[in-house]
Amino acid sequence: MPTLEGNQLECVRGDRRLFRDVNFSLEAGGLMQVQGPNGSGKTSLLRMLCGLAAPAHGEIRWNGTEIRTLGSDYYGAMSYLGHLGGVKDDLTAIENLRISSALGGVEIDERKAHDALQHMGLGGRELLPAKVLSQGQRRRVTLARLLVCGTVLWILDEPLTALDTTAVKLMQGLMEQHLEHGGMIVMTTHQEIEIAALTTQRLQLA
Amino acid sequence: MFLWIIQRDLLLAMRRRSDVLTTLFFFVIVVSLFPLGVGPEMAMLRIMAPGVVWVAALLASMLSLGRMFASDHLDGTLEQMLLSPQSLPLLVLGKALAHWLVTGVPLVLMAPVLGIQYDLPGDALLVLTASLLLGTPVLSLIGAIGAALTLGLRGGGVLVSLLVLPLYIPVLIFGAGAVEASTAGLGAGAHMSLLGAFLLASLVLAPWTAALSLRISME
Repeated sequence: MPTLEGNQLECVRGDRRLFRDVNFSLEAGGLMQVQGPNGSGKTSLLRMLCGLAAPAHGEIRWNGTEIRTLGSDYYGAMSYLGHLGGVKDDLTAIENLRISSALGGVEIDERKAHDALQHMGLGGRELLPAKVLSQGQRRRVTLARLLVCGTVLWILDEPLTALDTTAVKLMQGLMEQHLEHGGMIVMTTHQEIEIAALTTQRLQLA
Repeated sequence: MFLWIIQRDLLLAMRRRSDVLTTLFFFVIVVSLFPLGVGPEMAMLRIMAPGVVWVAALLASMLSLGRMFASDHLDGTLEQMLLSPQSLPLLVLGKALAHWLVTGVPLVLMAPVLGIQYDLPGDALLVLTASLLLGTPVLSLIGAIGAALTLGLRGGGVLVSLLVLPLYIPVLIFGAGAVEASTAGLGAGAHMSLLGAFLLASLVLAPWTAALSLRISME
C-alpha cells in the first residue's frame, strides 16, 4: 500500500516563512486538497512534495523512505502537473503528448496518444501546432498525460484553470476513477469541485 | 530516451530555422569580414586564418547557449525533465548533443569553404575541419554547464560568457594551434590528442555537472 507522509514541513522564501509544522499522511485512494489564499505557499508545498524544492525543515516520505534518497524510483511513481504545462508551441498536440509521456518513463505509440487526446476532447486537433490551440485546449493536452502515464500519485497544481465546464466534469470523472483504482491525488484548486474519494482531507495553509 | 530528446530538439530546431541560421550567418559573416578589413595580404591571412575561424566558431557557439535550456524552462518542460525517472545527466547529454548537431556541425561543414578565403593549403583545411570537429562538441558540453547555472537569471547572457569563456580558452588555443603546427610542419598530432582528451573529459564530467546545476537553478 503506497503512502505519502509529510512531517513538520516548513517553507521559507527569502526571509519570509510561508508555513511551518505542516503534517499529513495520504494513503491509497486518498485525496488531499491544499487550500489557502494566494501566496500562502500552495505551489511551494507541491513543488516540495514532488522533489523539485527542498523543505527548510521536515521530511517527506514515500512508503516510509525520504523522497530525496528514492530519486528516480519516486519519480516513476508520481506525475506532477504544474502551472506551466510543458507544452511546446512548435510541436503538435500528439508530439507534445508522446514526448512528455516518454519523459515520464512511458513510451506510447501514435495510436495511443491519438486515443488519449480524443478522450480529452481534442479529436481532430491532434496535428495542429500547440501555438494555435486555446489556453483551455493546451491545458487538455497537458492533462492527457495523466491518461497514459500509469502513475500512482498525481500532484496537480490548479489543474482546472482555463477549462470549460465539460472538461471540468471530464477531469472530475478521471480523478474519481484514479482514486477508485487505489491512486492518490494531491491538488490545489480555487474552484468548488466535489470529488468522491475513499478519504478526503483538506490541508489549510494560513 | 536519449534519442527521444535529441530527436525532439532537432525537430524544434527544424520548426524554428531562424535560430539555427543566425548562428551560422554570424560565423560566416565574422570570418568573411576579416580578409576585407585586413587587406589581401596572402601571407598574413594564412597566418591569421586558424585563429579567426576558431574565435568566430567559439563566439557563434556561445551566441546560442542561452537557448539551450531557456525555452524548456519557460514552458515547464524542464520541470518534467527534472522529475523524469530517466537519468538527468543522460537527458542533459542529449540536449548538449542536439545543440552541437544544430550549431556545431554546420560550422564544421562551413569551415573549409571559409578557409579558402584565407588561402589555406589543402592539408591545413583538413586539420582545421578536424580540429573543429573535435572541439565544437566540447564547446556545447561546457556551455551546457554555464547555461544551466545561469538559468532564469537576469543578465544571464553576460554571466554565461564570463563563466564559460575561461573554460573555452584551452580549446581555442589547441584548436587554432593544431592548424598552425601542421602548417609549420610539426604535425597536428599532439594538439589533436589534447582536443580529444578535452572531448572525453567533458563528455564524462559536463552532463553530470550541468544536471546538478539544473537542480540548483530550479529550486
